[in-house]
Amino acid sequence: MSGAVDLSPRIPAARRIGAGFGGDPLLAGLVGLVLASALGLVLLQPAPYLVNMIGQLAAFAILAVSLDLVWGYLGILSLGHGLFFAIGGYVCAMHLLAHAYAVTGRAPDLMQFMGWKSLPAYWAGLTNAPYALALALGLAVAVAFAFGLASFRSRVNGVYFSIISQALVYVAMLLMFRNDTGLGGNNGMTGFDVLFGWPMSTPGIATGLAVATLVALAGVLAGARALVASPLGRRMLACRDDEARLRTLGYGTTRLKLGIWCLSAAIAALAGILYVPQVGIINPRVLSPDLSIEIAVWVAIGGMGRLSGAVIGAVAVNALKFWLSAALPEAWPFILSGLVLAVVLGLPNGLLDLATLRLRPTWLRRGGARP
Amino acid sequence: MSALVIDGLTVVFGAFRALDGLSLAVDPGEVRAVIGPNGAGKTTLLDAITGITRPKSGHIHLGDGLDLTKRSEAEIARAGVRRKFQKPSVFPALTVRENLGLGCGPGCPAATRSARLAAALSETGLEGRADVPAGALAHGEKQWLEIGMVLASEPRVILLDEPVAGLSDAETARTAEIIGTLRRPDRAILVIEHDMAFVEAVTDRVTVLHEGRTLFEGGMAQARADARVIEVFLGR
Ligand SMILES: Nc1ncnc2c1ncn2[C@@H]1O[C@H](COP(=O)(O)OP(=O)(O)OP(=O)(O)O)[C@@H](O)[C@H]1O
Ligand SMILES: [Mg+2]
Repeated sequence: MSGAVDLSPRIPAARRIGAGFGGDPLLAGLVGLVLASALGLVLLQPAPYLVNMIGQLAAFAILAVSLDLVWGYLGILSLGHGLFFAIGGYVCAMHLLAHAYAVTGRAPDLMQFMGWKSLPAYWAGLTNAPYALALALGLAVAVAFAFGLASFRSRVNGVYFSIISQALVYVAMLLMFRNDTGLGGNNGMTGFDVLFGWPMSTPGIATGLAVATLVALAGVLAGARALVASPLGRRMLACRDDEARLRTLGYGTTRLKLGIWCLSAAIAALAGILYVPQVGIINPRVLSPDLSIEIAVWVAIGGMGRLSGAVIGAVAVNALKFWLSAALPEAWPFILSGLVLAVVLGLPNGLLDLATLRLRPTWLRRGGARP
Repeated sequence: MSALVIDGLTVVFGAFRALDGLSLAVDPGEVRAVIGPNGAGKTTLLDAITGITRPKSGHIHLGDGLDLTKRSEAEIARAGVRRKFQKPSVFPALTVRENLGLGCGPGCPAATRSARLAAALSETGLEGRADVPAGALAHGEKQWLEIGMVLASEPRVILLDEPVAGLSDAETARTAEIIGTLRRPDRAILVIEHDMAFVEAVTDRVTVLHEGRTLFEGGMAQARADARVIEVFLGR
């Protein structure tokens, strides 16, 4: 032995063999809280605006988890995750419009605006909800696959990948601003009057959507936890920390990155699917580069590389935004920037540092074991 | 028949020839040292063998004829070529045990894996540190962990880049001991090192590299007496 003093924490066996939430009590508590709020919405029937807000926060939390999987656990910073969120959202909006048209017979605004007699051919079948769901997820995965394959195979990494992903979401935004895409152009799509045959204004629809989103969040967290605690999760961390080294141990990293990247895209699309009926509108602004950067900010503020961090960051920042953008809308960008600075300088691991009361910077905590 | 044959290997970085028509053959069961002044091209040689750097010309064959210059890093590793890097390269976020588990390589059956894990832990003397994150290990322990990751896959070619750099005398002696246990009749080991006493202790033959070419090949005693070798080492 080298005679170095062992200053590192002993890690209980449960932390390593990820049986359920065994090693992450914070996450287990969080999932419990999510499910409890779903129950609370049903039993207590709070004011509709509150129900709606909780549902939207849960959708953002799912989106943040999808980014944390690729960024925090695999080291791929996407600054274009709004693209996959938007794919889910747009396909969901198409389903809602097609469905409302079929039920009420009233032509959607965009048909009247474009002077169309019927919806274009690519809307065919979208009245069918399972098909719409499959299309949303399939399209997100297909786009992610094509972009991921091109990037990972040619070993586009780090900041180059981030910039290209941002360019991609920007191009998609420009595309969607055009009216002739048949997806509402600048105005986007709205007027989602019917959901599964029920008028959107039916009492209980808002609660149903919020509960579904909370349950989806709990499911995504449980699944993501199982993934990161598995041997594949070890490989993800290894790839994050030293991809070249992992390859020289015999592991092809392209397939690993591509698989997790596509999974992340599908989860982001799911968030978009659940988000759109709750806000009642989608337009190209979900594709704006700022939103995609903001997702990364949520994750960074909450604490990247921890699933609970992603959830806490998304909920904390967006709850603040809901509140402040009503009170002082102009101040929001400054408050967000201030928050980022405070976290970067004071809490290098995000708000989770507060949760675990570790206020010293990471490098001080290493116990001198580092050179 | 040789376990590793390098034939006319040339690696260029722009106009600079880091390796210039280098040829080298290592026999099974042999421990070969590659020594040479800084910038001689030693690490570049390992980069070419492991597929990280593509040579401009020349070939690298394993004993069974597999040409490594046409394979990816992962394929080369799966063919049984493993490397310890000059800068200790362990995965800091994973425990010692998890690092060794990755060292076994993909598709290793669970039973084999746990047997090799136990063997690697005891050969490197890291049993007591199995559940410590690798990022918290001391420098010497990281070097041993990395050697453990190499041997966990039971490779047929082992490449070690400066395994005792920055180690104390006691740690160096311990490392020499570990490398002694790696030697097997069906395995070729290539060690790059600046520490001549260490080289003398663990290797059979040395290849002296200078400006990307072989300057000398033979026993350590003859190398010490060779006029050209002396000049290169004194002249730097
Ligand atoms: N990626 C690269 N691009 C350009 N030049 C490089 C690259 N890698 C190595 N070199 C150059 O090639 C030469 C050989 O480098 P190499 O790292 O192989 O030397 P070495 O023999 O391992 O030296 P040391 O004993 O210092 O580790 C050096 O002059 C180095 O600057
Ligand atoms: Mg070197």
